[in-house]
Amino acid sequence: MGIEILSVSVDSIYTHKMWNEHELSKMVDGGVPFPMLSDAGGKVGTMYGVYDEEAGVENRGRFIIDPDGIVQGYEVLTPPVGRNIEESIRQYKAFQLVREAKGTKATPAEWNPGDPVLEPGPDLVGNVWKVWSPKKK
Amino acid sequence: MGEAFKPGCRPPVPVTEATTDEKPVIQASEKESERRETMLKVGKPAPDFTLNAFHKGEFKQYSLSEFKGKWVLLCFYPGDFTFV
Repeated sequence: MGIEILSVSVDSIYTHKMWNEHELSKMVDGGVPFPMLSDAGGKVGTMYGVYDEEAGVENRGRFIIDPDGIVQGYEVLTPPVGRNIEESIRQYKAFQLVREAKGTKATPAEWNPGDPVLEPGPDLVGNVWKVWSPKKK
Repeated sequence: MGEAFKPGCRPPVPVTEATTDEKPVIQASEKESERRETMLKVGKPAPDFTLNAFHKGEFKQYSLSEFKGKWVLLCFYPGDFTFV
């Protein structure tokens, strides 16, 4: 899909190896395909605002970083709630689209790959309702 | 991408510090402004780092800067053997 995944936790690289061997490789054929980074002490997590000093662990933070190294979006959740990977993919595809369009296109709320996009400009002002309406659920 | 290494008794090369020159005594206000400078924002550069990693049976070291020119999904999670 054209995005490099890096996972990070405060666990050591040895624990990563064990987790992969003993559990993850039983859930995913061939084991974890991406690098599992070890941020012992949470220094990187602190830079990214996800490290919980009291608990000594990192919250569930997900950052989309573009090819220029710019953070385009992030989501941070406390540990008990897991994420929705579909939403990350949707956002990544939207960011990819607007980057390729070099600022000529924007994706409105509820946008999904394949949906119409907006072309911001004077003609669109006051006319968004003609080209886009929120999904009725 | 990522340089392989063989770990010894001591953990190999710790994390690169994000901070600049360290001062002996940091005033609260200075610390606050420093913190704000390094605070992450959308539309701004992602703080660079170098970390050890486990990848496909090998121990390697990765820097975020190695991934320039590619999209990156950086995912933090509370701990191994939990759900992600």
